[in-house]
Amino acid sequence: MDPVLNDFQPYLLGFAYTLLLFVFAGVLSTLLGVVLVAMRVGPVAVLRAAGATYVTVVRNTPLVIIFGFFTFVAPIFGVKFGWLDIRIGDVVLDDLFGAAVVALSLYTSAFVCEALRSGVNAVPLGQAEAARAIGLPFGGVLREVVLPQAIRASVPPLASVQIALIKNTSVAAVFGVAEAVAQMRSFTNNFSSERTGIFIMFAIGYVVIVEVFSFGATRLERRYRVAT
Amino acid sequence: MSTAVLFDAPGPATRLRHLVYTIVTVVVLVALVAFAVVKLAADDQFTGDKWEVFTTPDYVRILLVDGLLQTLKMAGAAVVGAVVLGFFLGVGKLSDHAVVRWPCWAFVELFRALPVLLLMVFTWYLLGIANDASSFRAVVIALMLYNGSVLAEVLRAGVLAVPRGQAEAAYALGMRKSQVMTIVLMPQAVKIMLPALISQCVVALKDTALGQYVAAPGLTFVSRQIYTEFSNRVPSVFVVAAIYIVINLLLTALATWVQRRYVGERKQLEVLATGTADQTTI
Repeated sequence: MDPVLNDFQPYLLGFAYTLLLFVFAGVLSTLLGVVLVAMRVGPVAVLRAAGATYVTVVRNTPLVIIFGFFTFVAPIFGVKFGWLDIRIGDVVLDDLFGAAVVALSLYTSAFVCEALRSGVNAVPLGQAEAARAIGLPFGGVLREVVLPQAIRASVPPLASVQIALIKNTSVAAVFGVAEAVAQMRSFTNNFSSERTGIFIMFAIGYVVIVEVFSFGATRLERRYRVAT
Repeated sequence: MSTAVLFDAPGPATRLRHLVYTIVTVVVLVALVAFAVVKLAADDQFTGDKWEVFTTPDYVRILLVDGLLQTLKMAGAAVVGAVVLGFFLGVGKLSDHAVVRWPCWAFVELFRALPVLLLMVFTWYLLGIANDASSFRAVVIALMLYNGSVLAEVLRAGVLAVPRGQAEAAYALGMRKSQVMTIVLMPQAVKIMLPALISQCVVALKDTALGQYVAAPGLTFVSRQIYTEFSNRVPSVFVVAAIYIVINLLLTALATWVQRRYVGERKQLEVLATGTADQTTI
């Protein structure tokens, strides 16, 4: 534990990266997930098929390989993040960070889509039928009636998806982002006799982040729960 | 709710509009694929010598035996361990004795909140990074702890999903708690949770790819050897991804089949990462 406590800066920096990855990828994946679910439940067959294919492929690919795709393959398509260079104190958001955010967002969006779809399925039939009966088009049915209720019903699965995202940010360590797991590995490398203490310190960090988020989600779920 | 209730049967104008959407989507998708193919071709990624290795019998054997088989071994060992661990933790979480219930609850909560990669790195250093076998074991142990904790929740949800009357009837017959659990509840719970268990195998299998951070054997390791030798990084990313996707699709299909065959219309069990403070017992 001492090595971390004596040199606390990298520890905080690591979790700062973890949180930044989580916030950016969380927002992006939610937006993309909503688009995907609209495609998957919509009236255009080609969009439905495209959405389903995307979700199936992404969900069954290990996240490491999606990261690998954005590191080695995407540059060939001209998808590079070299333009990204934001410095806030010691936090440097560079091309590696950009690639990590995109990889995490694309991966998580498939799970967000599935969570929302289960929410859409939980909305009572009569709601959509009534919306159609008053003349709303598909966009209106989804925007005004079904999605607001679906999002309420899918708060718990969406929260699970985002908690998985918090943990998945650690994969960015494999591709050179100096987030918490990467910091832990370098601490352990330098002070291998203290490995258990170092592990406990970093474990506490993750548990705190996950439990705080989980607490908030539970509160939100209670508040938004559809009366049955 | 099936999707068809979200929109009316299209009239002539809407059909035309949908046709326009369809054509636009197809054009965009085809353009994206064409763009990708042209860019890859311009970068010489389709040349025979970059792909030849994946049709050479010796290398295919290395990829399948040293790569896929090792990956499956890691995932298999982890899942077996996770099932055993999950059984004890899950039953422990359902115990009437708070002294058993709370430690099991704390264990499950802790290992569900930690990234698998964190566990892998720690176990790897704990077992000694100089030892070659420790990477393999680190991956197995980390996956076992994480998936075991998830399966504990699955088992608990499965047992609680058995209709309450079953346990009550068993108690009325004079069975002991352990008999109720093993003779009445568990056989029914296993059936309910089998599809979720198979889906968890997909998670474990995908996470074996993380082993590359702790120098573990398996597909990602072999693909690294191949692309450093033949400098065909892009093809190897595609090949490894394809292998993972195919196996995961097979597992998912198996889960769906088991669900239909043994569970029926009920939704597949899903365990959530939130709101797990519930301490219901049987």
